Amino acid sequence: MSTIEIDELRCKGCGLCTITCPKGLIELSDKINNLGYTPAKFDASKGKCTGCALCAEICPDVAIKVFNE
Amino acid sequence: MQQVFTRPASLKDVQTHFCPGCHHGTVHRLTAEALDEFDLRKKTIGVASIGCSVFLYSYFNIDVVESPHGRAPAVATGVKRARPDSFVFTYQGDGDLAAIGTAEIIHAANRGEDITVIFVNNTTYGMTGGQMAPTTLVGQKTSTSPYGRNLEKEGAPVRVTELLSNLDGVAFAARVAVNNPRNLMDAKRQIKKAFRYQVEKKGFSFVEVLAACPTNWGMSPIEANERVGGEMCDYFKLGVYKNTENL
Ligand SMILES: Cc1ncc(C[n+]2csc(CCOP(=O)(O)OP(=O)(O)O)c2C)c(N)n1
Ligand code: SF4
Ligand code: SF4
Ligand code: SF4
Repeated sequence: MSTIEIDELRCKGCGLCTITCPKGLIELSDKINNLGYTPAKFDASKGKCTGCALCAEICPDVAIKVFNE
Repeated sequence: MQQVFTRPASLKDVQTHFCPGCHHGTVHRLTAEALDEFDLRKKTIGVASIGCSVFLYSYFNIDVVESPHGRAPAVATGVKRARPDSFVFTYQGDGDLAAIGTAEIIHAANRGEDITVIFVNNTTYGMTGGQMAPTTLVGQKTSTSPYGRNLEKEGAPVRVTELLSNLDGVAFAARVAVNNPRNLMDAKRQIKKAFRYQVEKKGFSFVEVLAACPTNWGMSPIEANERVGGEMCDYFKLGVYKNTENL
């Protein structure tokens, strides 16, 4: 099993991870964070994260951590 | 659980001032990863330039000298000659490197200084409000070309990597992009290769990175990211232009 952790305080809501995840597991939230952006959120219920780390690679703000078991 | 993606040690764990979707953040990370790869953090002296990347010293866990606008390759020349055992790189935008700093980059490259240059081409002067740069595409509207860049009046956008690769002093020159995973992985490889050239004392190495400036392009981060892979890659072809190892 793999999973990711998005740092909501660092995320600037650019959305690049949402178009990059091959499984479509990330979307922008409708809540506003401390920076005034709508941060990305991970939704494990939409499918299985493979731990490919493409979301983390594309993130300009290094806001995503990826974990593999 | 094992963490498989982590922030490189050469990149400080701090919030950056970059706009959402700005590729400077990505290029900072790839540069820091390359520093980690060759264990260069403690012997590196970075040379920052003028532009949105001016706060390099706040974001990298290394020593940094701030240079006047466009003069980073001249400052880096002095640093490397005075401290030949240090690892020296400059990080410059296209307004910095291809406009006000044209003389410095050409002559440092031509002299074959043993430094590495990371050149971030976002086709505009980001920090000052999106003025036209030598790299602005024909037809691109900027705050100083409100009707679009005019080929007859302003000439064609300068392809810096091609220009420099013709100089004998240049050992390695490549153009990359960070707009999708495939291009990003290649960008990672080429930046590491450019750093390895200096580590192995093989001479001047140069990497141009095509980058998005969503704010001054008046685009969303996703649209700006698409523009990089579209009209920018069409005009500024990606690839390795000089690789003296293969000669
Ligand atoms: C000698 C001098 N002239 C002009 C300026 C104003 N200035 C600051 S940043 C900049 C342009 C930076 O553009 P670029 O190099 O493309 O970097 P970006 O901000 O797009 O990353 C200019 C002209 C300055 N700081 N110093
Ligand atoms: S690691 Fe891969 S599968 Fe998992 S969320 Fe990120 S991009 Fe999607
Ligand atoms: S790529 Fe990074 S900054 Fe952009 S939305 Fe995703 S987590 Fe946030
Ligand atoms: S103005 Fe452009 S180059 Fe500067 S931080 Fe914003 S997006 Fe990046």
